[in-house]
Parts: sequence; structure tokens; C-alpha cells
Amino acid sequence: MYTILKKKKLSDVTNEMVLEAPHVARKARSGQFVIVRIDERSERIPLTIADYDRAAGTITILFQEVGKSTMQLGTLEEGDHILTCAGPLGNPTRVDKYGTVVCVGGGVGVAPIFPIARDLKEAGNTIISIIGARTRQLLIWEDRMRTVSDELIVCTDDGSYGRKALVTEPLKEVLEQRHVDRVWAVGPAVMMKFVALTTKPHNIPTVVSLNPIMVDGTGMCGCCRVLISGQVRFVCVEGPQFDAHEVDWENLLMRMQYYKDEERLAVEYWKEHRCRLEQAEQEAEEEKHRHG
Amino acid sequence: MAELTPKERMQIPRQEMPAQNPLERRYNFNEVALGFDVETARREAERCLQCKNPTCMDGCPVGVLIPQFIRRLREGDMAGAVMAMKERNSLPAICGRVCPQEVQCEAACVLAKRGAPVAIGRLERFVGDYELAHRTCPLVRAAPTGMRVAVVGSGPAGLTCAVELGRRGHQVTIFESLHSVGGVLIYGIPEFRLPKWIVHAEIEYAMECFGIEIRTDHVVGRTITLDELLADYDAVFLGTGAGLPILLNVPGVNLNGVMSANEFLTRVNLMKAYLFPEYDTPIKVGHRVAVIGAGNVAMDAARCTLRLQHMRAEKEGGEPGQVYIVYRRSRQEVPARAEEFHHAEEEGVIFEFLTNPVEILGDEQKRVRGLRCVRMELGEPDASGRRRPIPIPGSEFVMDVDMVIIAVGTTPNPVVFLNTYGLERTKEGTVVADMNTLRTTKPRVWAGGDVVTGAATVVSAMGAGKVAAADMHRFLCGEFSESEWWPAQVKAHTAGA
Ligand SMILES: Cc1cc2nc3c(=O)[nH]c(=O)nc-3n(C[C@H](O)[C@H](O)[C@H](O)COP(=O)(O)OP(=O)(O)OC[C@H]3O[C@@H](n4cnc5c(N)ncnc54)[C@H](O)[C@@H]3O)c2cc1C
Ligand code: FES
Repeated sequence: MYTILKKKKLSDVTNEMVLEAPHVARKARSGQFVIVRIDERSERIPLTIADYDRAAGTITILFQEVGKSTMQLGTLEEGDHILTCAGPLGNPTRVDKYGTVVCVGGGVGVAPIFPIARDLKEAGNTIISIIGARTRQLLIWEDRMRTVSDELIVCTDDGSYGRKALVTEPLKEVLEQRHVDRVWAVGPAVMMKFVALTTKPHNIPTVVSLNPIMVDGTGMCGCCRVLISGQVRFVCVEGPQFDAHEVDWENLLMRMQYYKDEERLAVEYWKEHRCRLEQAEQEAEEEKHRHG
Repeated sequence: MAELTPKERMQIPRQEMPAQNPLERRYNFNEVALGFDVETARREAERCLQCKNPTCMDGCPVGVLIPQFIRRLREGDMAGAVMAMKERNSLPAICGRVCPQEVQCEAACVLAKRGAPVAIGRLERFVGDYELAHRTCPLVRAAPTGMRVAVVGSGPAGLTCAVELGRRGHQVTIFESLHSVGGVLIYGIPEFRLPKWIVHAEIEYAMECFGIEIRTDHVVGRTITLDELLADYDAVFLGTGAGLPILLNVPGVNLNGVMSANEFLTRVNLMKAYLFPEYDTPIKVGHRVAVIGAGNVAMDAARCTLRLQHMRAEKEGGEPGQVYIVYRRSRQEVPARAEEFHHAEEEGVIFEFLTNPVEILGDEQKRVRGLRCVRMELGEPDASGRRRPIPIPGSEFVMDVDMVIIAVGTTPNPVVFLNTYGLERTKEGTVVADMNTLRTTKPRVWAGGDVVTGAATVVSAMGAGKVAAADMHRFLCGEFSESEWWPAQVKAHTAGA
């Protein structure tokens, strides 16, 4: 059992949580993830380790409520527990002194890009960060990103904050105007795909962190497999970071759609179930008052 | 009961195992084989001739005292039967259900040559189930030795090793990467063959009796490395199994609707996807499903598929669909346990023997729409002694399927070996270990089970756990030291050599 020590709502649908998980914190490094499971009936879902505190034995996770599991996780409060937290999984970021690095984070992808940018900055790189979200409300960790970036470009799809643009637009300009040695990008798969397309003509090595569907997260099922230069690779063990120019994006995007119907069904089932539960609780409460 | 003569004993027919009706059981995940009642068990036990020089025990990888437990069983001394059983096997309720008895103890029974062998496996299960319900045999722990042991992996190899060392008074901690202990017993073998409550009950009981600590969610190699374990513990046992699925090397493996049997079974068994949406993990089941391979894993995948199809039809209407087992050799070579093969046929799984997949075909949305196969014929025996299947030219055809489950084997998952040095492995990825002691080339590290042999059986993994525990105990008692650990000698006596 792992206790939720802190919970912060960053937007209506974005949550930041600090979990007590000393066994993960002692080894965690940027780029790695954990598999969490809420209760006996929950699925195992991967979440990036957005930050960690070895001394305190805690890790920070960040998630958007997009499906049943993340919605349920979002209902938990400080002091609540979750059943599983396995990790740290995947390979850490290969940190080196590359020169100038552009770090691109989209949506909740800003959270995982943060420790990567921090490590790269500490290693002596010049960091230009580009972060974006659909709209102002969904933009996270601007302040944190500022502390680890030499330059920070903020954009939103709808122009409600910062520049009205997709992250690839400022990225393209930076690549045209400046010397850049490496690009790191984390965000929705479609965004990462377009980052790959943007950096490709400039021939700039680009690293992305992939987010396929996973089950165990330890290399025993192959659910997370992707095609890298035509080869089958397991993201949970061999990734999650890969050379963006070698990823078969169509294959990844299509595999991520596979359980769409079931995901919708799970949300419906859960909402209905919750509704009924709340109703029952309310009735019990009223009953108590009537008799009390 | 009066003593029977051998002749009378041989006239008793081998008792049938009561089982759920094949037509009914396709609609549920409840256990198929229902177990003997007392009378049937006694009658079957009466068939044993109590040979002066019993051969059955030689067929058992852990050397269960077969004649002894059977004699006590038929004398009505259940506590005695349990005691005799537990002397060599700590998990009889599990072994009785999953061991391939027809090639082990029962093959070695003298009655096998004269008709039907004693149903040793079914009797073993009976004794195991009795003990689960009555707990007559208290597990006694030796005085604490103060020595600390780490066991990596909680499958049958790791569990047996932990129990054997715990019994001898050592302090054991098990590190398991999943959220649940039991290895394949939990994530692979389905509920209808091995109910999970049995696995949980057996493990919890033993862990409690021997004060064994369990740390789930610990992926050794990532959460903690083998070298870190060696710094903290006096000895380490690796029982991490062979959990890495081998995928087919044919075009189309990354299409939607193609999955490893490991993924399919993990979703269904460990995550209980057959109860979706009450449980969160979903599983999609095709209407025409091809399972590639014919081992236990393939049978389990096929039979789970068949159940999910029938449960869907019951809920949503429509036809359940078909499940095919596609196997490149013939009926005679099927490696699965005889009972599972038989049950699969009874339930309606369709077998395509002498057939090998060459390509998985997809539609525009990159979902499986067919499986291109070639027919095979059997040629000369290969290294495994089985006749080698060779493709028949011009025999290609397309099977109309919408899902493909790959069950052609597994190799050891290499994650445990990350960031560790000096532990030699074969080119197949298995750990090099001395046959007699299961010492690896890395001092103070032993290994056993599927991680050493490649995918094998529950009972051979248990046997390995025992062999290693015996040698580890000698080490922990100071009978030999780390400096007497000769990696070169380990290599010379490698299990595979
Ligand atoms: C579907 C299926 C059906 C089978 N049916 C039968 C049958 O009917 N009869 C039979 O005799 N055999 C059967 N087998 C084979 C049998 O289950 C195995 O041979 C046996 O379980 C091997 O035991 P083990 O302890 O070596 O490994 P496993 O049971 O594989 O256990 C290994 C454990 O180690 C854990 N682990 C792996 N890596 C790490 C790590 N890095 N850190 C921490 N933990 C780790 C795994 O999660 C797992 O729990 C079947 C196998 C499968 C897959
Ligand atoms: S999630 Fe199972 S192998 Fe990666």
C-alpha cells in the first residue's frame, strides 16, 4: 500500500500527487516510469515519474483524467492509498553534454520533460524549452520549467495564453534560426510524431518518450511493442525513450486505439456505478437522520 | 476394509475424474476437474500394489513418497497421508492439478504396462485439498539461524526454495515484480484449471509459518539490483522464470489483434479481464481466433478464448465463434498435458495439425483479417528427437481469422540481469548453473526453474528450488565458503551441458 501524501489539482482534469514509495524513489531517474494500480479491480497503468525526493522517499506523478482509471485516481485524496506502485521502470534518460538542447513538452507531457530538462541543464547544456497545451487552463508547470530553462516558449492551441500555436511552430523557428544539437519531446503521440517530422529535415537527433498501452510494464507481455526501424521493441523495457526518426508512428497510433470501445464502456460503467453508490450513501445518510 | 489380493486390486478400474460438463463449462471459468470424493479416492488408492521396489517415485522430480501416502490414504489415516506427502512436496494441491503425470510418476507405475496406472495425480490432489481444508500438518520452523536470504521471483521455484530455507530457520525475503505472488501459477494458468484461491491459500500459509517476507512491486534489476541484494543478504536465489514471450517472425505481428499468449493470459488471469467491466482490464476476443502452438500455454489460451466467446454470445447474442490451434507438427507430438489436450478437444477447440503460419494479414485499419499458412509434413527426427516438420511446396492457404494469439514459447526475461556482472548465461538467455547444486558463476547466487532450463514444468521448478535450497543451506551453515566457489567448475557442470 502506498500513501498519497499530497494532492494538487492543477486544472479540472489535471492532478499532481506525491506518493510515498521509498523503493522507487531511491533509484528513480529522469525518463523512468512507474506502474500503478488503485485497488483490487484496477488495471495496471504506467505513469511517468515527474519528480522524486530520495531523502523523503517520495515520487511525484502527474496525470490527466482521460479514462476510467485516471478519473478514479483523481477522486483519491491525501491520506488515501493505492495498492501497487512498481518501478522505477524503463531506461533513464541518457544525459550528456550535447550543447544546445530543445525540450518540448505538450499537455501533461510537460511533467516528464521537466526532470529531463533539469538533468540536461545540470549536465551543462543550454536549454530552450517549448511547452504547450490546448488551452491556458491545461498548461502545467510553467514555473518549474522556467527554473531549468535558459529560454522558455509557452504556447496554447487556442491562444488563451502565451503564443497561439502548436509546439511545432516555435520549434521550427528555433531550428531555422539557431544551432541545436538535440531535441527531446514528450507529449501526446501525435505531437511527438509531428516533432519528429519537424526535426527530420534538419537532421537533428530527436528523442521521444513513447506511451503505448501496457499491462505488466516489466517485459513479459509484449503489449507495449512498437516498431523501431522495422524491429519489434518492447517500450517498457527497451524504452520508453527512442530515436523519434526511427519510430513507426502509424503503427503506434493504431495500436493505441485498439481498446477505445472498451475504454469508453469502462468510463460509462464506472460513472453509473459511482452515481448509484453516491445515491445509496445519501439515502443511508437520510435514513440515519430520520431515525436519529 | 479387508486386505485385497493383488489380483483383486488389479480388477478395480481406474477411477474417472468427475468433471464439469464440456458444454456447460464453456460458459464459465469455474474449475473443470472437480476432484475425487472420499470413496472414490479410497477405491483408487486400493489399486496401488505397494511394490517392494516402487518405480513411480523415480518418475517424480521431487521424489514424492508415493506408495506411503497412498497406503495411509487407503487406511483412512489422512493426517499420515498428508505428512508423507509434505515430506517431499509442499504444494500438493497445485501439483496434483498441473503436473504432467502421464509422463512422470504415472508413466513409471507398474500398472501402466498392464492397462491403466494408479491415478497418482488425482490422489495427490485429494490429499492436498484435504490439507487445505483441515490443516493437519503444522509446518515447524527450525530455530532462527540469523542468516538472511533473498529469493527473486515467486513462482514455484522461488516459493519452494523460500519454504525449504524458511523451514531450516533462515530469514527469507521474496522479491517479486508483479503485485501478486505465484508466478505462472497466478498469471498464466487459468482459474478453471487451478483456482487462484488455492494458490493464495498455499502461499499465505507457508509464508506465515516460516516468517517469510514478501516484497511485491520490486523489479530486480530496476528497483534493486542483484549486486545490491548481495550486499544485503547472505545468499540469493534467482527463480525469475522464462517470462519473455517469443513472437513469430512473420510479417504482420504488430497488427491490432495479434498478441502473445502471455499478454492474453495475463489480462485474463492476473487482471481478471473475463470480469470486465467489473474489473478494469479489458480483453478483446475475436470471432475466429487462431492460437499458434500446442503446448500448455496454447491450450490455456485457446480454452480461455473459447470461454470468452461463449460468455459474449450468452450476453450479447450471436454465434460464439471458433478457436483454432495451429500446430506445425502432428497430434502425436502435442507437448501439452494429456488432460488439457483432451479437455480442449471436448470443449470444441479445432485443431489444425501440420500447419505453420507464414504471414498475418491485415485490413485497411490494420486489424487482423487472416492468417496465411503452409501445410507441413514430418521428415527425419531433429535434435529434440521429434520428427522435423517441413513445408509442403505449393500448399499455402489463408485461414479466415480476426485474432492471432502467439504461444510458441518464452525465454528468460533479461531485466533481472541489468546492472549486474559475472553471471553467465547461455546464448538462449538461460542462466548457467551447476547441475547438482544450482550454483551460478556468480558467488552466493543460485538459480533454478525456468530461468535455468527454459520453459519447463511446475514440478521441475519446485525440484530445482529444493536442490538449490539444500546447497544454500550447506553454505549458510558454513560447510563451504565463498572462496570455494569455482565459477569454472560451475560451467563444466552446467545443466544443459
Ligand atoms: C500458461 C501456462 C500454462 C502452464 N501449464 C503448466 C502445467 O499444466 N503443468 C506444468 O507443470 N507446467 C505448466 N507450465 C509451466 C510452468 O508454469 C513453469 O515451468 C513454472 O511456473 C516455472 O516456475 P519458475 O518458478 O521457474 O518461474 P515462474 O513461474 O515464471 O515465476 C517467475 C516469477 O519471477 C518473477 N520475476 C521475473 N523477473 C523478475 C524480476 N526481475 N524481479 C522480480 N521478480 C521477477 C515473475 O513475475 C514471476 O512471478 C505452464 C506455463 C504457462 C505459461
Ligand atoms: S507492458 Fe508488458 S511487455 Fe511491456
